[in-house]
Amino acid sequence: MELNDEEQDILAGKAGPLPQQAVQHQIKVGDFFGARDLVPVSQAHIMADTESLGEAGVRWLEKLASLTEGQRTVRVPTITDPRGTDFAHAAFLGQTAGMLDLERRTIAAFVQLGVSMTDTCINYQTIQAPIYNEHVAFGDTGVVIYSNSICGARSNFEGGPSALAAGITGRTPRYGFHLPEGRRATLRICAEFTPDTLNDWGALGGVIGRIAGNYWAVPVIEGVQGTPRSDQLKHFGAAMASFGSTALFHIVGLTPEARQVTDVAAADAPVHRVTRHDVTALQKSYHNDDKVDVVVFSAPQLSLFELRDLAGLCAGRRFAVPLLAVTSPQVKPDSDRMGYTAHIENAGGTVMSGMCFYQSYAREIAEANGWKRLVTNSAKLVNILGGYGYRPMIASMEACVDAAVSGKLERI
Amino acid sequence: MMDRIFHARHAMGQTVRGVALVANDGFSARYDLDRNAGTFSRPAHKLASQSYVGKILVLDTAKGGVASAWMLHEMQSRGVIPLAIVFNSVNPILAQGAAFGDVPMLAGFDVDITAAIANGAELEVNPQMSRLTVLSG
Repeated sequence: MELNDEEQDILAGKAGPLPQQAVQHQIKVGDFFGARDLVPVSQAHIMADTESLGEAGVRWLEKLASLTEGQRTVRVPTITDPRGTDFAHAAFLGQTAGMLDLERRTIAAFVQLGVSMTDTCINYQTIQAPIYNEHVAFGDTGVVIYSNSICGARSNFEGGPSALAAGITGRTPRYGFHLPEGRRATLRICAEFTPDTLNDWGALGGVIGRIAGNYWAVPVIEGVQGTPRSDQLKHFGAAMASFGSTALFHIVGLTPEARQVTDVAAADAPVHRVTRHDVTALQKSYHNDDKVDVVVFSAPQLSLFELRDLAGLCAGRRFAVPLLAVTSPQVKPDSDRMGYTAHIENAGGTVMSGMCFYQSYAREIAEANGWKRLVTNSAKLVNILGGYGYRPMIASMEACVDAAVSGKLERI
Repeated sequence: MMDRIFHARHAMGQTVRGVALVANDGFSARYDLDRNAGTFSRPAHKLASQSYVGKILVLDTAKGGVASAWMLHEMQSRGVIPLAIVFNSVNPILAQGAAFGDVPMLAGFDVDITAAIANGAELEVNPQMSRLTVLSG
Protein backbone atom coordinates (compact mmCIF):
# COMPACT_ATOMS: atom_id res chain seq x y z
CA MET A 1 0.00 0.00 0.00
CA GLU A 2 1.13 3.55 -0.68
CA LEU A 3 1.52 5.55 2.54
CA ASN A 4 1.97 9.32 2.71
CA ASP A 5 4.61 10.91 4.95
CA GLU A 6 2.32 11.12 7.96
CA GLU A 7 1.28 7.51 7.57
CA GLN A 8 4.91 6.44 7.20
CA ASP A 9 5.62 8.19 10.49
CA ILE A 10 2.71 6.40 12.15
CA LEU A 11 4.02 3.08 10.85
CA ALA A 12 7.47 3.93 12.18
CA GLY A 13 6.01 4.46 15.64
CA LYS A 14 6.58 8.23 15.77
CA ALA A 15 2.97 8.75 16.89
CA GLY A 16 3.28 6.08 19.57
CA PRO A 17 2.64 2.36 19.79
CA LEU A 18 -1.15 2.48 19.52
CA PRO A 19 -1.36 4.23 16.12
CA GLN A 20 1.52 2.05 14.95
CA GLN A 21 -0.32 -1.12 15.90
CA ALA A 22 -3.51 0.22 14.31
CA VAL A 23 -1.92 1.05 10.97
CA GLN A 24 -0.12 -2.31 10.90
CA HIS A 25 -3.50 -4.01 11.18
CA GLN A 26 -4.90 -1.76 8.44
CA ILE A 27 -2.02 -2.58 6.11
CA LYS A 28 -2.57 -6.29 6.66
CA VAL A 29 -6.25 -5.98 5.75
CA GLY A 30 -5.61 -3.49 2.96
CA ASP A 31 -3.00 -5.74 1.34
CA PHE A 32 -5.41 -8.67 1.53
CA PHE A 33 -7.96 -6.73 -0.52
CA GLY A 34 -5.48 -4.96 -2.80
CA ALA A 35 -6.12 -1.46 -1.40
CA ARG A 36 -3.81 1.10 -2.97
CA ASP A 37 -3.81 3.49 0.00
CA LEU A 38 -5.66 4.67 3.11
CA VAL A 39 -8.61 7.05 2.89
CA PRO A 40 -9.34 9.62 5.65
CA VAL A 41 -12.57 8.96 7.58
CA SER A 42 -14.68 11.41 9.56
CA GLN A 43 -16.32 8.99 12.02
CA ALA A 44 -15.87 5.47 13.33
CA HIS A 45 -18.47 3.18 14.93
CA ILE A 46 -17.35 0.17 16.97
CA MET A 47 -19.27 -3.04 17.54
CA ALA A 48 -17.85 -4.55 20.73
CA ASP A 49 -20.31 -6.49 22.87
CA THR A 50 -18.53 -8.63 25.43
CA GLU A 51 -20.06 -11.90 24.28
CA SER A 52 -18.01 -11.35 21.14
CA LEU A 53 -14.89 -10.00 22.83
CA GLY A 54 -14.70 -12.56 25.59
CA GLU A 55 -12.01 -12.28 28.24
CA ALA A 56 -9.31 -12.21 25.53
CA GLY A 57 -10.81 -9.22 23.75
CA VAL A 58 -11.42 -7.28 26.96
CA ARG A 59 -7.81 -7.83 28.07
CA TRP A 60 -6.60 -6.65 24.67
CA LEU A 61 -8.64 -3.43 25.05
CA GLU A 62 -7.38 -2.92 28.61
CA LYS A 63 -3.80 -3.26 27.40
CA LEU A 64 -4.40 -0.51 24.83
CA ALA A 65 -6.10 1.65 27.45
CA SER A 66 -3.11 1.32 29.79
CA LEU A 67 -0.83 3.19 27.38
CA THR A 68 0.46 6.62 28.30
CA GLU A 69 -2.15 9.38 28.35
CA GLY A 70 -1.85 11.45 25.19
CA GLN A 71 -0.88 8.40 23.15
CA ARG A 72 -4.04 6.36 23.47
CA THR A 73 -6.98 8.39 22.21
CA VAL A 74 -8.94 8.24 18.98
CA ARG A 75 -8.39 11.12 16.56
CA VAL A 76 -11.86 11.22 14.92
CA PRO A 77 -15.28 10.92 16.62
CA THR A 78 -15.64 7.25 17.49
CA ILE A 79 -18.88 5.84 18.86
CA THR A 80 -20.17 2.45 20.00
CA ASP A 81 -22.73 -0.09 18.87
CA PRO A 82 -25.10 -1.57 21.51
CA ARG A 83 -23.51 -3.05 24.58
CA GLY A 84 -24.19 -6.52 25.93
CA THR A 85 -26.52 -5.42 28.70
CA ASP A 86 -28.80 -2.78 30.09
CA PHE A 87 -27.46 -2.74 33.65
CA ALA A 88 -30.87 -1.75 35.01
CA HIS A 89 -32.41 -4.95 33.64
CA ALA A 90 -29.51 -7.39 33.85
CA ALA A 91 -31.07 -9.35 36.71
CA PHE A 92 -34.36 -9.66 34.82
CA LEU A 93 -32.43 -11.05 31.82
CA GLY A 94 -30.61 -13.53 34.03
CA GLN A 95 -27.18 -12.19 33.16
CA THR A 96 -24.39 -13.15 35.55
CA ALA A 97 -22.01 -11.00 37.58
CA GLY A 98 -19.18 -12.20 35.33
CA MET A 99 -20.93 -10.89 32.23
CA LEU A 100 -21.52 -7.50 33.86
CA ASP A 101 -17.93 -7.32 35.04
CA LEU A 102 -16.71 -7.81 31.47
CA GLU A 103 -19.07 -5.05 30.37
CA ARG A 104 -17.82 -2.61 33.00
CA ARG A 105 -14.18 -3.33 32.16
CA THR A 106 -14.86 -2.84 28.44
CA ILE A 107 -16.63 0.47 28.99
CA ALA A 108 -13.79 1.70 31.21
CA ALA A 109 -11.22 0.79 28.56
CA PHE A 110 -13.14 2.50 25.76
CA VAL A 111 -13.54 5.65 27.83
CA GLN A 112 -9.77 5.70 28.39
CA LEU A 113 -9.34 5.44 24.60
CA GLY A 114 -11.55 8.49 24.06
CA VAL A 115 -14.46 6.53 22.59
CA SER A 116 -17.96 8.02 23.04
CA MET A 117 -20.27 5.38 24.54
CA THR A 118 -23.36 5.96 22.41
CA ASP A 119 -24.34 2.26 22.51
CA THR A 120 -26.56 2.41 19.47
CA CYS A 121 -27.06 0.70 16.11
CA ILE A 122 -29.34 3.48 14.86
CA ASN A 123 -26.78 6.28 14.99
CA TYR A 124 -27.99 7.38 11.53
CA GLN A 125 -31.35 8.18 13.19
CA THR A 126 -30.08 9.54 16.48
CA ILE A 127 -26.43 10.72 16.56
CA GLN A 128 -25.25 12.10 13.22
CA ALA A 129 -26.12 10.61 9.85
CA PRO A 130 -23.23 10.69 7.39
CA ILE A 131 -23.70 12.73 4.25
CA TYR A 132 -23.31 11.85 0.58
CA ASN A 133 -19.76 10.82 -0.33
CA GLU A 134 -18.55 10.98 3.29
CA HIS A 135 -15.99 8.27 4.01
CA VAL A 136 -16.62 6.59 7.38
CA ALA A 137 -15.57 3.41 9.19
CA PHE A 138 -18.77 1.92 10.57
CA GLY A 139 -19.36 -1.36 12.35
CA ASP A 140 -22.76 -3.08 12.58
CA THR A 141 -23.90 -4.30 9.20
CA GLY A 142 -27.25 -2.51 9.52
CA VAL A 143 -25.50 0.80 10.12
CA VAL A 144 -23.22 0.30 7.11
CA ILE A 145 -25.93 -0.69 4.65
CA TYR A 146 -28.19 2.22 5.68
CA SER A 147 -25.33 4.73 5.57
CA ASN A 148 -24.06 3.49 2.21
CA SER A 149 -27.44 3.11 0.55
CA ILE A 150 -29.75 5.79 1.96
CA CYS A 151 -27.17 8.43 2.90
CA GLY A 152 -24.72 7.76 0.05
CA ALA A 153 -21.79 7.54 2.48
CA ARG A 154 -18.77 5.30 1.88
CA SER A 155 -18.03 2.45 4.29
CA ASN A 156 -17.08 -1.19 4.34
CA PHE A 157 -18.14 -3.49 7.15
CA GLU A 158 -15.61 -2.62 9.84
CA GLY A 159 -15.30 -5.20 12.61
CA GLY A 160 -14.54 -3.91 16.09
CA PRO A 161 -10.72 -4.06 15.92
CA SER A 162 -10.72 -2.42 12.48
CA ALA A 163 -13.21 0.31 13.44
CA LEU A 164 -11.09 1.11 16.48
CA ALA A 165 -8.00 1.20 14.27
CA ALA A 166 -9.79 3.68 12.01
CA GLY A 167 -10.72 5.83 14.99
CA ILE A 168 -7.11 5.84 16.13
CA THR A 169 -5.51 6.60 12.74
CA GLY A 170 -8.39 8.60 11.24
CA ARG A 171 -8.10 6.42 8.14
CA THR A 172 -9.15 3.09 6.69
CA PRO A 173 -7.93 1.00 3.75
CA ARG A 174 -9.44 2.22 0.46
CA TYR A 175 -11.14 -0.82 -1.08
CA GLY A 176 -14.67 -2.11 -1.65
CA PHE A 177 -17.35 0.51 -1.10
CA HIS A 178 -14.88 3.39 -0.79
CA LEU A 179 -14.28 3.00 -4.54
CA PRO A 180 -16.81 4.19 -7.16
CA GLU A 181 -16.45 0.95 -9.13
CA GLY A 182 -17.35 -1.10 -6.04
CA ARG A 183 -20.68 0.70 -5.80
CA ARG A 184 -22.02 -0.31 -9.23
CA ALA A 185 -25.01 -2.62 -9.16
CA THR A 186 -24.27 -6.25 -9.99
CA LEU A 187 -27.88 -7.44 -10.17
CA ARG A 188 -31.32 -5.95 -10.77
CA ILE A 189 -34.31 -6.76 -8.56
CA CYS A 190 -37.81 -6.16 -9.92
CA ALA A 191 -39.94 -5.82 -6.79
CA GLU A 192 -43.53 -6.68 -7.65
CA PHE A 193 -44.62 -6.00 -4.07
CA THR A 194 -44.03 -2.89 -1.97
CA PRO A 195 -44.50 -3.77 1.71
CA ASP A 196 -46.09 -1.65 4.40
CA THR A 197 -45.30 -3.37 7.70
CA LEU A 198 -41.79 -3.49 9.16
CA ASN A 199 -41.73 -7.30 9.17
CA ASP A 200 -42.65 -7.39 5.48
CA TRP A 201 -39.95 -4.83 4.69
CA GLY A 202 -37.47 -6.91 6.63
CA ALA A 203 -38.56 -10.09 4.88
CA LEU A 204 -38.22 -8.38 1.48
CA GLY A 205 -34.69 -7.38 2.47
CA GLY A 206 -34.00 -10.96 3.52
CA VAL A 207 -35.24 -12.35 0.20
CA ILE A 208 -33.06 -9.91 -1.75
CA GLY A 209 -30.08 -10.60 0.52
CA ARG A 210 -30.35 -14.32 -0.18
CA ILE A 211 -30.46 -13.63 -3.92
CA ALA A 212 -27.48 -11.25 -3.76
CA GLY A 213 -25.61 -13.84 -1.73
CA ASN A 214 -22.31 -12.19 -0.89
CA TYR A 215 -20.68 -8.98 0.28
CA TRP A 216 -19.54 -7.75 -3.13
CA ALA A 217 -22.97 -8.08 -4.77
CA VAL A 218 -24.90 -4.80 -5.08
CA PRO A 219 -28.62 -5.05 -5.89
CA VAL A 220 -30.51 -2.21 -7.56
CA ILE A 221 -34.23 -2.45 -6.84
CA GLU A 222 -36.91 -1.32 -9.27
CA GLY A 223 -40.64 -1.14 -8.70
CA VAL A 224 -40.80 0.27 -5.16
CA GLN A 225 -43.98 2.32 -4.88
CA GLY A 226 -44.15 5.61 -2.96
CA THR A 227 -41.55 6.80 -0.47
CA PRO A 228 -40.66 4.35 2.30
CA ARG A 229 -40.04 5.69 5.81
CA SER A 230 -36.69 5.56 7.56
CA ASP A 231 -37.83 2.74 9.88
CA GLN A 232 -39.02 0.65 6.95
CA LEU A 233 -35.70 1.03 5.16
CA LYS A 234 -33.91 0.36 8.44
CA HIS A 235 -35.51 -3.10 8.68
CA PHE A 236 -35.14 -3.66 4.93
CA GLY A 237 -31.41 -2.94 4.96
CA ALA A 238 -30.62 -4.67 8.25
CA ALA A 239 -32.23 -7.88 7.04
CA MET A 240 -30.57 -7.69 3.63
CA ALA A 241 -27.19 -7.28 5.32
CA SER A 242 -27.95 -10.15 7.69
CA PHE A 243 -29.20 -12.66 5.12
CA GLY A 244 -26.80 -11.72 2.34
CA SER A 245 -23.81 -9.98 3.94
CA THR A 246 -24.92 -7.14 1.66
CA ALA A 247 -23.45 -3.68 2.36
CA LEU A 248 -25.07 -1.52 -0.32
CA PHE A 249 -28.28 -1.42 -2.33
CA HIS A 250 -29.81 1.13 -4.63
CA ILE A 251 -33.51 1.86 -5.12
CA VAL A 252 -34.27 3.54 -8.43
CA GLY A 253 -35.66 7.04 -7.96
CA LEU A 254 -35.10 7.00 -4.22
CA THR A 255 -31.49 6.46 -3.13
CA PRO A 256 -28.97 9.14 -4.08
CA GLU A 257 -26.85 7.24 -6.58
CA ALA A 258 -29.70 5.78 -8.66
CA ARG A 259 -31.99 8.42 -10.10
CA GLN A 260 -32.44 5.92 -12.94
CA VAL A 261 -31.33 2.33 -13.24
CA THR A 262 -28.70 3.13 -15.86
CA ASP A 263 -26.90 5.35 -13.34
CA VAL A 264 -25.72 2.25 -11.47
CA ALA A 265 -26.38 -0.88 -13.55
CA ALA A 266 -25.11 -2.21 -16.85
CA ALA A 267 -27.74 -3.25 -19.38
CA ASP A 268 -26.74 -6.90 -19.08
CA ALA A 269 -26.98 -7.11 -15.27
CA PRO A 270 -28.97 -10.22 -14.29
CA VAL A 271 -32.61 -9.58 -13.38
CA HIS A 272 -34.55 -11.29 -10.58
CA ARG A 273 -38.28 -10.92 -9.82
CA VAL A 274 -39.41 -10.78 -6.21
CA THR A 275 -43.09 -11.24 -5.39
CA ARG A 276 -45.39 -10.94 -2.39
CA HIS A 277 -45.34 -14.75 -2.25
CA ASP A 278 -41.56 -14.73 -1.75
CA VAL A 279 -41.89 -12.29 1.15
CA THR A 280 -44.65 -14.33 2.80
CA ALA A 281 -42.88 -17.64 2.19
CA LEU A 282 -39.75 -16.48 4.00
CA GLN A 283 -41.79 -15.56 7.06
CA LYS A 284 -43.89 -18.75 6.98
CA SER A 285 -40.69 -20.81 6.91
CA TYR A 286 -39.95 -19.66 10.47
CA HIS A 287 -43.45 -20.32 11.81
CA ASN A 288 -42.77 -23.65 13.46
CA ASP A 289 -44.91 -23.46 16.57
CA ASP A 290 -48.05 -21.77 17.84
CA LYS A 291 -46.94 -21.21 21.42
CA VAL A 292 -44.69 -18.35 22.44
CA ASP A 293 -42.19 -18.00 25.30
CA VAL A 294 -41.08 -14.42 24.73
CA VAL A 295 -41.76 -11.48 22.39
CA VAL A 296 -38.83 -9.27 21.39
CA PHE A 297 -38.61 -5.97 19.53
CA SER A 298 -34.94 -5.34 18.75
CA ALA A 299 -32.34 -5.58 15.97
CA PRO A 300 -32.24 -2.79 15.05
CA GLN A 301 -32.99 -0.76 18.18
CA LEU A 302 -36.41 0.88 18.03
CA SER A 303 -36.85 4.48 16.96
CA LEU A 304 -39.10 6.83 18.87
CA PHE A 305 -41.77 6.31 16.22
CA GLU A 306 -41.64 2.53 16.59
CA LEU A 307 -41.98 2.87 20.37
CA ARG A 308 -44.91 5.22 19.85
CA ASP A 309 -46.65 2.64 17.65
CA LEU A 310 -45.85 -0.16 20.08
CA ALA A 311 -47.13 1.87 23.03
CA GLY A 312 -50.39 2.45 21.20
CA LEU A 313 -50.85 -1.29 20.73
CA CYS A 314 -50.03 -2.03 24.38
CA ALA A 315 -52.44 0.41 25.97
CA GLY A 316 -55.03 -1.44 28.03
CA ARG A 317 -53.49 -4.89 27.34
CA ARG A 318 -52.04 -7.41 29.82
CA PHE A 319 -49.23 -9.71 28.74
CA ALA A 320 -49.10 -13.42 29.53
CA VAL A 321 -45.50 -13.80 28.36
CA PRO A 322 -42.57 -11.35 28.59
CA LEU A 323 -42.40 -8.61 25.96
CA LEU A 324 -39.05 -6.86 25.54
CA ALA A 325 -38.57 -3.64 23.56
CA VAL A 326 -35.00 -2.45 23.06
CA THR A 327 -34.01 1.07 22.09
CA SER A 328 -31.02 3.40 22.19
CA PRO A 329 -29.91 5.54 25.15
CA GLN A 330 -30.74 8.58 23.04
CA VAL A 331 -34.36 7.52 22.38
CA LYS A 332 -35.20 6.03 25.79
CA PRO A 333 -35.48 9.36 27.70
CA ASP A 334 -37.90 10.69 25.08
CA SER A 335 -39.90 7.47 25.26
CA ASP A 336 -40.08 7.89 29.05
CA ARG A 337 -40.97 11.57 28.82
CA MET A 338 -43.73 11.02 26.28
CA GLY A 339 -45.30 8.15 28.19
CA TYR A 340 -44.55 5.41 25.65
CA THR A 341 -42.44 3.44 28.12
CA ALA A 342 -45.21 3.56 30.71
CA HIS A 343 -47.82 2.24 28.25
CA ILE A 344 -45.58 -0.73 27.38
CA GLU A 345 -44.52 -1.48 30.93
CA ASN A 346 -48.03 -1.08 32.40
CA ALA A 347 -49.05 -3.94 30.11
CA GLY A 348 -46.24 -6.06 31.56
CA GLY A 349 -43.55 -5.32 29.00
CA THR A 350 -40.00 -4.11 29.59
CA VAL A 351 -38.26 -1.29 27.72
CA MET A 352 -34.47 -1.56 27.72
CA SER A 353 -31.81 0.69 26.26
CA GLY A 354 -28.22 0.63 25.11
CA MET A 355 -28.17 -3.08 24.25
CA CYS A 356 -29.47 -5.33 21.52
CA PHE A 357 -31.11 -8.67 22.22
CA TYR A 358 -28.83 -10.89 20.17
CA GLN A 359 -25.69 -9.12 21.41
CA SER A 360 -26.58 -9.71 25.07
CA TYR A 361 -25.58 -13.32 25.68
CA ALA A 362 -28.65 -14.58 23.82
CA ARG A 363 -27.90 -18.26 24.47
CA GLU A 364 -27.36 -17.80 28.20
CA ILE A 365 -30.41 -15.61 28.79
CA ALA A 366 -32.52 -18.15 26.90
CA GLU A 367 -31.33 -20.89 29.24
CA ALA A 368 -31.80 -18.70 32.32
CA ASN A 369 -35.39 -17.80 31.42
CA GLY A 370 -36.60 -20.87 29.54
CA TRP A 371 -36.98 -18.86 26.33
CA LYS A 372 -36.97 -20.91 23.15
CA ARG A 373 -40.03 -19.95 21.08
CA LEU A 374 -39.43 -16.28 20.35
CA VAL A 375 -41.58 -13.96 18.27
CA THR A 376 -40.35 -10.71 16.76
CA ASN A 377 -41.11 -8.37 13.89
CA SER A 378 -37.39 -8.28 12.96
CA ALA A 379 -36.28 -10.42 10.03
CA LYS A 380 -32.68 -9.80 11.05
CA LEU A 381 -33.32 -11.24 14.50
CA VAL A 382 -34.95 -14.45 13.25
CA ASN A 383 -32.01 -14.99 10.91
CA ILE A 384 -29.53 -14.72 13.78
CA LEU A 385 -31.22 -16.51 16.66
CA GLY A 386 -31.44 -20.00 15.18
CA GLY A 387 -27.73 -20.40 15.86
CA TYR A 388 -28.31 -19.48 19.52
CA GLY A 389 -30.75 -22.35 20.05
CA TYR A 390 -34.01 -20.40 19.69
CA ARG A 391 -36.97 -21.27 17.52
CA PRO A 392 -37.56 -17.72 16.24
CA MET A 393 -40.74 -16.68 14.45
CA ILE A 394 -41.57 -13.44 12.64
CA ALA A 395 -44.86 -11.58 12.63
CA SER A 396 -46.22 -8.04 12.43
CA MET A 397 -45.91 -5.71 15.41
CA GLU A 398 -49.65 -6.12 16.00
CA ALA A 399 -49.45 -9.93 15.90
CA CYS A 400 -46.44 -9.87 18.22
CA VAL A 401 -48.37 -7.85 20.81
CA ASP A 402 -51.35 -10.20 20.46
CA ALA A 403 -48.95 -13.12 21.01
CA ALA A 404 -47.67 -11.50 24.19
CA VAL A 405 -51.25 -11.28 25.46
CA SER A 406 -52.35 -14.81 24.54
CA GLY A 407 -49.06 -16.70 24.56
CA LYS A 408 -49.92 -17.94 21.07
CA LEU A 409 -49.03 -16.78 17.58
CA GLU A 410 -51.71 -16.78 14.92
CA ARG A 411 -50.74 -18.38 11.62
CA ILE A 412 -49.98 -15.99 8.74
CA MET B 1 -0.31 -38.85 -8.18
CA MET B 2 0.31 -35.12 -8.70
CA ASP B 3 -0.76 -32.75 -5.97
CA ARG B 4 -3.67 -30.60 -7.05
CA ILE B 5 -2.98 -26.88 -6.61
CA PHE B 6 -5.41 -23.95 -6.53
CA HIS B 7 -4.36 -20.30 -6.53
CA ALA B 8 -6.20 -17.69 -4.44
CA ARG B 9 -6.55 -13.97 -5.17
CA HIS B 10 -6.57 -13.09 -1.46
CA ALA B 11 -4.26 -14.60 1.14
CA MET B 12 -3.18 -14.00 4.74
CA GLY B 13 -1.31 -15.78 7.53
CA GLN B 14 1.05 -18.69 8.04
CA THR B 15 1.30 -22.00 6.19
CA VAL B 16 -0.62 -24.89 7.79
CA ARG B 17 -1.52 -28.49 6.93
CA GLY B 18 -4.71 -30.21 8.02
CA VAL B 19 -7.96 -31.98 7.17
CA ALA B 20 -10.69 -30.26 5.15
CA LEU B 21 -14.25 -29.72 6.38
CA VAL B 22 -16.16 -28.72 3.24
CA ALA B 23 -19.63 -27.39 2.52
CA ASN B 24 -21.25 -25.18 -0.07
CA ASP B 25 -22.60 -22.91 2.63
CA GLY B 26 -21.72 -19.62 4.33
CA PHE B 27 -19.87 -18.80 7.53
CA SER B 28 -20.50 -16.44 10.39
CA ALA B 29 -19.06 -16.99 13.84
CA ARG B 30 -22.14 -15.35 15.40
CA TYR B 31 -24.88 -16.94 13.30
CA ASP B 32 -23.54 -20.43 12.71
CA LEU B 33 -21.40 -21.60 15.62
CA ASP B 34 -21.66 -22.84 19.16
CA ARG B 35 -18.28 -21.37 20.07
CA ASN B 36 -18.22 -23.11 23.44
CA ALA B 37 -18.77 -26.57 21.99
CA GLY B 38 -16.71 -25.86 18.86
CA THR B 39 -19.49 -26.99 16.53
CA PHE B 40 -21.74 -25.57 13.83
CA SER B 41 -25.02 -24.91 15.61
CA ARG B 42 -27.40 -23.23 13.15
CA PRO B 43 -29.81 -26.06 12.32
CA ALA B 44 -30.05 -25.12 8.63
CA HIS B 45 -26.27 -25.06 8.13
CA LYS B 46 -24.91 -27.92 6.03
CA LEU B 47 -22.29 -28.64 8.70
CA ALA B 48 -24.77 -28.52 11.61
CA SER B 49 -23.50 -30.40 14.70
CA GLN B 50 -20.04 -31.02 13.18
CA SER B 51 -16.87 -29.86 14.96
CA TYR B 52 -14.78 -27.21 13.26
CA VAL B 53 -11.92 -27.30 15.76
CA GLY B 54 -8.54 -27.85 14.11
CA LYS B 55 -10.10 -28.27 10.65
CA ILE B 56 -9.42 -26.36 7.46
CA LEU B 57 -12.86 -24.97 6.68
CA VAL B 58 -13.63 -24.81 2.96
CA LEU B 59 -16.82 -22.80 2.49
CA ASP B 60 -18.59 -20.69 -0.06
CA THR B 61 -18.81 -17.23 1.43
CA ALA B 62 -18.47 -15.13 4.55
CA LYS B 63 -21.86 -14.13 5.95
CA GLY B 64 -23.47 -12.08 8.60
CA GLY B 65 -22.39 -9.61 11.18
CA VAL B 66 -19.31 -7.81 12.33
CA ALA B 67 -18.91 -9.87 15.52
CA SER B 68 -16.79 -12.48 13.76
CA ALA B 69 -13.89 -10.02 13.83
CA TRP B 70 -13.75 -10.27 17.61
CA MET B 71 -14.90 -13.86 17.83
CA LEU B 72 -12.02 -15.42 15.88
CA HIS B 73 -9.62 -13.75 18.33
CA GLU B 74 -11.61 -15.03 21.31
CA MET B 75 -11.84 -18.53 19.81
CA GLN B 76 -8.09 -18.49 19.19
CA SER B 77 -7.45 -17.60 22.84
CA ARG B 78 -9.23 -20.82 23.91
CA GLY B 79 -7.92 -23.01 21.09
CA VAL B 80 -11.48 -23.65 19.84
CA ILE B 81 -10.74 -22.43 16.34
CA PRO B 82 -10.48 -23.71 12.78
CA LEU B 83 -6.91 -24.30 11.62
CA ALA B 84 -7.54 -22.15 8.53
CA ILE B 85 -10.48 -20.84 6.50
CA VAL B 86 -10.82 -21.05 2.71
CA PHE B 87 -13.63 -19.21 0.93
CA ASN B 88 -14.87 -18.75 -2.59
CA SER B 89 -15.77 -15.21 -1.53
CA VAL B 90 -14.76 -13.43 1.66
CA ASN B 91 -16.11 -10.27 3.26
CA PRO B 92 -14.06 -7.67 5.16
CA ILE B 93 -15.19 -8.90 8.57
CA LEU B 94 -13.72 -12.36 8.21
CA ALA B 95 -10.54 -10.92 6.72
CA GLN B 96 -10.26 -8.41 9.58
CA GLY B 97 -10.98 -11.21 12.02
CA ALA B 98 -8.33 -13.42 10.47
CA ALA B 99 -5.82 -10.57 10.72
CA PHE B 100 -6.72 -9.89 14.34
CA GLY B 101 -7.11 -13.55 15.36
CA ASP B 102 -4.12 -14.85 13.42
CA VAL B 103 -6.08 -17.36 11.35
CA PRO B 104 -4.65 -18.33 7.93
CA MET B 105 -7.08 -17.49 5.14
CA LEU B 106 -7.36 -17.92 1.38
CA ALA B 107 -10.18 -16.59 -0.80
CA GLY B 108 -11.09 -16.10 -4.45
CA PHE B 109 -10.45 -18.98 -6.84
CA ASP B 110 -11.12 -19.62 -10.52
CA VAL B 111 -13.24 -22.64 -9.60
CA ASP B 112 -15.89 -23.33 -6.97
CA ILE B 113 -13.49 -24.40 -4.27
CA THR B 114 -16.23 -26.18 -2.31
CA ALA B 115 -16.83 -28.47 -5.30
CA ALA B 116 -13.13 -28.96 -6.04
CA ILE B 117 -12.13 -30.13 -2.54
CA ALA B 118 -13.42 -33.38 -1.05
CA ASN B 119 -14.55 -33.42 2.55
CA GLY B 120 -11.80 -35.03 4.62
CA ALA B 121 -9.03 -34.27 2.12
CA GLU B 122 -5.62 -33.42 3.50
CA LEU B 123 -4.70 -29.87 2.52
CA GLU B 124 -1.85 -27.39 2.73
CA VAL B 125 -2.82 -23.71 3.01
CA ASN B 126 0.13 -21.56 1.94
CA PRO B 127 -0.78 -17.85 2.11
CA GLN B 128 2.73 -16.67 1.22
CA MET B 129 2.33 -18.38 -2.17
CA SER B 130 -1.47 -17.70 -2.29
CA ARG B 131 -1.79 -21.45 -2.81
CA LEU B 132 -4.08 -24.29 -1.67
CA THR B 133 -2.66 -27.77 -2.24
CA VAL B 134 -4.54 -31.06 -1.98
CA LEU B 135 -2.04 -33.47 -0.48
CA SER B 136 -4.39 -36.44 -0.45
CA GLY B 137 -8.07 -37.17 -0.87
